Amino acid sequence: MIGLEHYLTVAATLFVIGIFGLFLNRKNVIILLMSIELMLLAVNINLVAFSSFLDDLVGQVFTLFVLTVAAAEAAIGLAILVCFFRNRGTIAVEDVNVMKG
Amino acid sequence: MIQADLNVILPEIALAVYAMAALIFAVYTSKDKLAPMLVWLSAAVMAGVAAYIGLFGQGTNIAFGGMFVDDAFSRFAKVVILLSAAAVLVMSQEYMTKRDLLRFEYPVLIVLATVGMMMMVSAGDLMALYMGLELQSLSLYVVASLRRDSAKSTEAGLKYFVLGALSSGLLLYGASLVYGYSGTTLFSGIIQTATQEEISLGMLFGLIFVISGLAFKVSAVPFHMWTPDVYEGSPTPVTAFFATAPKVAAMGLFARVLHDAFGGAVPDWSQVVALLSVLSMFLGAIAAIGQTNIKRLMAYSSIAHMGYALMGLAAGTAFGVQAMLVYMAIYVTMNIGTFAFILMMERDGQPVTNISSLNMYSKREPGKALAMLVLLFSLAGVPPMLGFFGKFYVLRAAYEADLIWLAVAGVVASVIGAFYYLRIVFYMYFGDDTGDELETGNSPVLWGFLMGSAAIMVLGIVNMFGVEGVAEAAATVLVN
Repeated sequence: MIGLEHYLTVAATLFVIGIFGLFLNRKNVIILLMSIELMLLAVNINLVAFSSFLDDLVGQVFTLFVLTVAAAEAAIGLAILVCFFRNRGTIAVEDVNVMKG
Repeated sequence: MIQADLNVILPEIALAVYAMAALIFAVYTSKDKLAPMLVWLSAAVMAGVAAYIGLFGQGTNIAFGGMFVDDAFSRFAKVVILLSAAAVLVMSQEYMTKRDLLRFEYPVLIVLATVGMMMMVSAGDLMALYMGLELQSLSLYVVASLRRDSAKSTEAGLKYFVLGALSSGLLLYGASLVYGYSGTTLFSGIIQTATQEEISLGMLFGLIFVISGLAFKVSAVPFHMWTPDVYEGSPTPVTAFFATAPKVAAMGLFARVLHDAFGGAVPDWSQVVALLSVLSMFLGAIAAIGQTNIKRLMAYSSIAHMGYALMGLAAGTAFGVQAMLVYMAIYVTMNIGTFAFILMMERDGQPVTNISSLNMYSKREPGKALAMLVLLFSLAGVPPMLGFFGKFYVLRAAYEADLIWLAVAGVVASVIGAFYYLRIVFYMYFGDDTGDELETGNSPVLWGFLMGSAAIMVLGIVNMFGVEGVAEAAATVLVN
């Protein structure tokens, strides 16, 4: 029997992979966008698991909102990335360094 | 039923409809030629909505089953947000037109971000919180990279986007845990679970994640890394916007989540917020010392100021929230004046952000230099100015809540921080005249904002224009 804790473990693992992807990745900004998406989807697993466990639909409604916003977020992220690429001709993470901080 | 609900969120609906109508209108007619007119119109609409909320708002109204709360607290925050956003829009018009930056999207995005902020401070539910936060953030990512052909501006947008999305992820993960362990997303439901005896471990994890997500948005240390780069890279009017309205909204949201949803677990979050506060104050004060770019310096200054505002929250009392609200109102006024000054800094028509370019500025522009001196003294918290009273309020709140170590740390950090503000004053009045002087550009609008803000810093000490009483009413509604 697969219980709530299994889902939560998977979600937590995915979330941590997402955070590590953000911080350890030195190659490509697209990978950053993928990591962000992974984090949001981990949250969705969490919400759906809780929703089913609690027998309460609110969690699934929340998931739909998160999915929609994640799509909008990816669109804006890619748009900014295209502008960045036009100016610099690269999307490598180590080249995002005009300003030091 | 739905009629009553819609009445409560009328200001938000009106602004959102206005923004979308303006967008469609501008796309189908003359596009960017319309932009200056749209800027003034948007500012007028926002000021009008602020007047409507301030004058006609009464009592506590709850809409959509508790998802949206309109009370004295949210009204206070909304009026500050709307007025500062309108002021920044008016200030940007001339600067952006001169540099061919003014596109019609700019006022539309600012209005949409403002709607998001109003949603944030009125949120009574984790979903409403998330939607408001994202509406604000997504609009701000775009305005940060408004100068599409500049490497700096797009880089600022990219950095802001990646770190902002990370913070949204953290907040959302926390929200999912809170939902799972309390069984509801409504703040009024969460507070019942969070008050009963021990708070469960899952809830505690959720709370910590939510706090870290919110700390990103207010740029509190250790979640501040994006602030200096975004402030430096964005066009200056956008920086002025970042430093004012979103900060108020994020602090308002912070207070609402902590008191409305976790008001029964004050000891659990008070220490965390106190830690964020003390780190922000010290990092903001120390890291700003080496800066030569005034926009970067203002970024560190805002980090330090957020530290003081968080000190009020850390107290966990109604007086603490009142102190935070007063502090934010004063902070926003000071920043509008300071950025009006920064927007006037130019040489050969090009914006200058180097602090050393202010050498002996007082000789050429005694009036502006004096106003800037007043504002810098106020930012540093030197006694006769209004900024001192803001600091005094939060220190008293921390002291009364038995956080004496925090109050002492605040005083020490403020003394360290005074150094870099006074250094600018030194440059303006006693620096070497290097000859590469700033133009004495004349912009009546910016001049008016600079002088007005400086005058408020001096005249406000009489009675703070009644902000105290309103803030007290707002705080008592939130913390009961």
